[in-house]
Formats: sequence, structure tokens, C-alpha cells
Amino acid sequence: METFYEVMRRQGITRRSFLKYCALTTTSLGLGPAFMPRIAHAMETKPRTPVLWLHGLECTCCSESFIRSAHPLVKDVVLSMISLDYDDTLMAAAGHQAEAILEEVMAKYKGNYILAVEGNPPLNQDGMSCIIGGRPFVEQLKRVSKDAKAIISWGSCASWGCVQAARPNPTQATPVHKVITDKPIIKVPGCPPIAEVMTGVITYMLTFDRIPELDRQGRPKMFYSQRIHDKCYRRPHFDAGQFVESFDDEGARRGYCLYKVGCKGPTTYNACSTVRWNGGTSFPIQAGHGCIGCSEEGFWDKGSFYDRLTDVHGFGIEANADQIGGAMAGVVGAAAAAHAAASVLKRVADKRAADQNQTVA
Amino acid sequence: MAIEITASKPAAAPQATAATAARPRSVYVYEAPVRIWHWVNMLAILVLCVTGYFIGKPLPTQPGEASANYLMGTLRFVHFTAAYVFAIGLLGRIYWALVGNAFSRELFYLPVFTRSFWQEVVAMLKWYALISREGHTGAGHNPLARIAMFGMFLFGSLFMVFTGFALYGEGEQAGSWADRLFGWVVPLFGQPQDVHTWHRLGMWYLVAFIVFHIYASIREDIMGRETVISTMVNGYRSPKE
Ligand code: HEM
Ligand code: SF4
Ligand code: SF4
Repeated sequence: METFYEVMRRQGITRRSFLKYCALTTTSLGLGPAFMPRIAHAMETKPRTPVLWLHGLECTCCSESFIRSAHPLVKDVVLSMISLDYDDTLMAAAGHQAEAILEEVMAKYKGNYILAVEGNPPLNQDGMSCIIGGRPFVEQLKRVSKDAKAIISWGSCASWGCVQAARPNPTQATPVHKVITDKPIIKVPGCPPIAEVMTGVITYMLTFDRIPELDRQGRPKMFYSQRIHDKCYRRPHFDAGQFVESFDDEGARRGYCLYKVGCKGPTTYNACSTVRWNGGTSFPIQAGHGCIGCSEEGFWDKGSFYDRLTDVHGFGIEANADQIGGAMAGVVGAAAAAHAAASVLKRVADKRAADQNQTVA
Repeated sequence: MAIEITASKPAAAPQATAATAARPRSVYVYEAPVRIWHWVNMLAILVLCVTGYFIGKPLPTQPGEASANYLMGTLRFVHFTAAYVFAIGLLGRIYWALVGNAFSRELFYLPVFTRSFWQEVVAMLKWYALISREGHTGAGHNPLARIAMFGMFLFGSLFMVFTGFALYGEGEQAGSWADRLFGWVVPLFGQPQDVHTWHRLGMWYLVAFIVFHIYASIREDIMGRETVISTMVNGYRSPKE
């Protein structure tokens, strides 16, 4: 079997570029310089692990993000490792030819390939809302995942459900981990996830031949262990209590904290405030807009992106905590007041009755 | 007989003379630790509600350099300090339920399997529905108060501690003791934003309890047959003449 290195050389990548790539990968994974030769060695000696990339119900923003990885080198290398196998959006082959490749890889590398899933399967209407090669996507997903070593859930769609699973979710779009329960699943949420995060995760898995350390919710710790808020450069304004009150005010011009205009940075785990976007150019908060929490579960269903206090759904209610709670406390207060008044009236009436009884007696 | 006194420890109450034994007498209900806890806890909750409210809906922007202000930082610091007082107080109160008198345990369980409990519930409902003219007697809580204490106060408080420390663990970050102990709460609610929402709803739940609690205590103190408010100050439940 070919090693990673051999594949890369075959793709026309020079040894110099290969070593640069190893150095880049080492840094982006936050590893020390000593790891660089280890990565190079691994790539030179390990047989290439194939990656099969399936697309379910999605918008392809994960692929779009992925192919825009900051360093062209990373993109070329990683892409050359992946597009070799199966990716129905990026690969050259199509139709029966493409499906044949899928079967071939699955048979040849049984139990040894990585399955990357972009999007998710809809379960209603017998899965008919997403058809791949004439069959419901959920069937393909189950079939391919059966012999996979591990599964990567790309983006918020595969990880949580995202927009197609937003209320009322007519197609019952369902995240991968709720359909496939017997394989290790690495969630890489975001809408889309950051390119460097995606390449970082996949490179780590290919080079070290193991899944990265995951947090409680199955996200790689190296990119998802801190909130946007924890590393936000506007945090001093948050602590000081200096807020943008509306997007055209003085505070907005001064770059104050966006908390009051609905920033979800305090409740969102992602790497935007450290890695940033488009090759480290910027990220939403730097551009003056709050985080919308795109890498968190159900972020479409939490009311307005511009409200700090988001909505509660259920029992036909759609209101925020203060509206519901304030009403509850108000009702108790009003009931107490009414009860107090009734008690006084009753007591006065009782007293009058007693007085009358006495005079009668 | 109307009065059933069930204190487990010999009450250090001023004993009524043998001749008047049939008459109601004062009972030592709330031991000192319970009383101290009650008032410390009240202060902690007050501070938690006020600071918590403004954490979610901050005050108007502070002018000047960022380094000259620390308003949110202070609010959060005070919230977390009061939170520790609140949580440790609750732990202390649980300890006291184990070693204190029988009344100290009333907060922590409802005798739902005893007939008399439900008979008293009906009696109390009549009393509050203004049908019956005789209020609850007996040294501890009346059964309705117990249901409110257990279902609203105790449940509400534990809810606030669990959701609160789960949020605290996020600030302290993965691997911190708060994250290890309470981090599992977050996925239970969905995502951090949901925990914030529920933590805030929890505050209103406690506020509703407090409104009810204060009203019922004052009403009972005025219209009932025994002391209520002074009991939480001096510990004695006394008949009113
Ligand atoms: C009576 C009990 C409590 C009340 C009424 C209360 C109230 C509140 C409220 C209203 C908020 C704002 C929620 C939002 O809009 O996002 C809040 C936030 C918070 N509370 Fe509490 N809380 C209580 C107990 C606790 C406890 C025991 C802890 C544990 C440390 C705690 C930790 C926090 C944290 C970490 C936040 C988030 C702060 C931030 O977003 O920066 N709370 N609390
Ligand atoms: S802008 Fe958002 S992430 Fe940044 S400090 Fe303010 S609330 Fe936190
Ligand atoms: S800043 Fe927030 S909303 Fe924007 S990409 Fe990052 S996680 Fe998603």
C-alpha cells in the first residue's frame, strides 16, 4: 500500500513542500517543534488512510470552507489525500463510476477508512428528502459507516442538525450521532467550521492514526475547549460594562462589547477568536457583529440573533425568561394581594357576625 | 386535642405550669444554626437575584477607558461570592437536618404516605380558601408551607446551584473542578445558552416563591393562632393570646 508521502510525491508535491507542510501542521495543532520530524516520519512510513466524504442534507458550506484553507499547501496536500477516494461534490468521477469507487474503497480498506459526513440524513418520508444515487442518504450513511474506523461529523448539520433541523424540522433532519451509535464520532461543528480547524482535525487523524482528544460533547478539545468570549479581544469592554447599545451608536464606533446586541460569544465553543477566518483575516466580532453561536446546538431556534435573552419554546410559549418569569412572579404577587384583601373582608364579616350573635345572646 | 408537639429533643421552651398543660405553650422550633442560615441565605439570594438580573441585562454603558471600569467584573464577582455562600449554606443546612431537631428535617421531605399529612393539606386548603376559620397549629410548618418549601425553595435552590456551577465551570474552563463536577449539566439542557435561559427562569421561580413565602408568613403571623415571624428570630413558636 502507498504511504502518504508517496501519494503526495505522485501528486507533484516536492520534498521541500512536504516538510513545510509537516511544520505547518505541527504548529496548527499546537504541538512543539519536536513533533515535526515525527509527523514527517509518520507520513513517510504509514500507509495512507483513505477518507470517504459523504454529503447528506447540507449546503456545501463545509466543503467551501475546507477548500479555502489558509495555506495553499495544506489545501493541496490534504485535498490530494482526500479527493483520491470518494467525495461526490469534489471528485471528477460521477454516476455509476463514482458509486463503484465507493464500493471498491469500502471493500479494500474494510474497517480502515475514515468516513467524513457533511450534512445529515432526513428520516421522515422514508428518507426521501435526500436521495443519493437513487437511494435515501440514510441508507448510504449506514452502509458506509458500518466498516468505517471513525466518523467525522463536519459542521453543525452533521453535528447538531443545523438549519434543516430547525423548528419544525419537516423532514426530521437528524444529526449523525443519533443515527450511527456504534462508531467513534468526532464532531466539528460550525456553520461552516473554520478551514484550519477542519484540516487540523483530519491531518491529526491521518498522521497519528488516532482520534483527537474529545470533550464531553464529542468535539476535539484542541479547537473547541474555549468559548469565543474567553479569547475575545473586546472582553475588557465586557468586564468594564461598556456595551454597544445599537449598531449605529458611539459604542459601536469605539468597538465596545456586543453582548447587549445579542453576541453569543459567552455561550459558544469555537476557535474563531483565536484562529479567525479567511487565513486569519478577521472574524465576525472584529467586523462589528456579534457571534450568532453557529457552532452550538439548535442555534436557529433561540430567537433573534440580536437578543441577549433568548426564547424558550414549548407549551405553545415563545418568550424569554424575563417575560415568562416576570409574569409568573406577577401572578403570584397579584394572587397574594387579592388573597390578602379577601382575608381582611372575611375577617371583618366574621367579626360583624360574631358581634351580632353576642348582641342577640 | 388541637396541639401535637413532636419535637424530638426536649424543647428548652419555657414550660407551662402543670395546671395549664392543656393550653398551648411555646415550642423551640428553629435552632440557632437554622435561624442564622435563614437570614444569611436570604441576603445571599437577594444579592444573587440583583447581580444575576444585571448580568443578563447589563446597566447602561460606563464612559471612560476600559481599564477605569470593572462594573460587569464586579457584578460577576459579587454573584459568584454570594453563590458560594448560598451553596455552602445549603450544604450546612443539609448537615444540620441530620443532627438538628425534628423540625430541621421538615424542609427535606414530604410525608406523602401518611394520612394525617393529606388531612392537614385539606384543612389548610380550607383555611386559605377562607372556608375554615381555624388556622394550623402545631409547631413546625403547616403542610402547604412544606409543599412550597420542598417543591419551590429546595428544588429551586438545588436547580440554581446545579445550573449556576455548570455556568461557572464554563468560565473556569474545561478541567476545572466546577466543570468536572457540574459540566454534565450543560448537554442536559442542550447548549450553554439554554442553561443561561433556565438559570434565569430559575431566578423568577425563586422570586415567585419569595413573594408567596413573605405573604404567607405575614398573613399567618397576623391571622393565625401562633407566632411565625418572630419564630425565625428567637426560635420559639408561641401561641398568641
Ligand atoms: C438564588 C440563586 C441564584 C440566582 C437568583 C441567580 C441568578 C442569576 C441570573 C439572573 C443570571 C443571569 C442569567 C443570564 O441572563 O444569562 C445569573 C448568571 C450566572 N450565575 Fe447565577 N444565580 C443564582 C445562583 C448561582 C449559583 C449558586 C452559581 C454558582 C456559581 C451561579 C453562577 C452564575 C454564573 C456563572 C452566571 C453567568 C455569568 C455570566 O454570564 O458571566 N448562580 N445568575
Ligand atoms: S463581543 Fe461577544 S464574545 Fe466579545 S466580549 Fe463581548 S460578549 Fe464576549
Ligand atoms: S463567531 Fe460565532 S457565529 Fe461567527 S463563525 Fe464563529 S462561532 Fe460561528
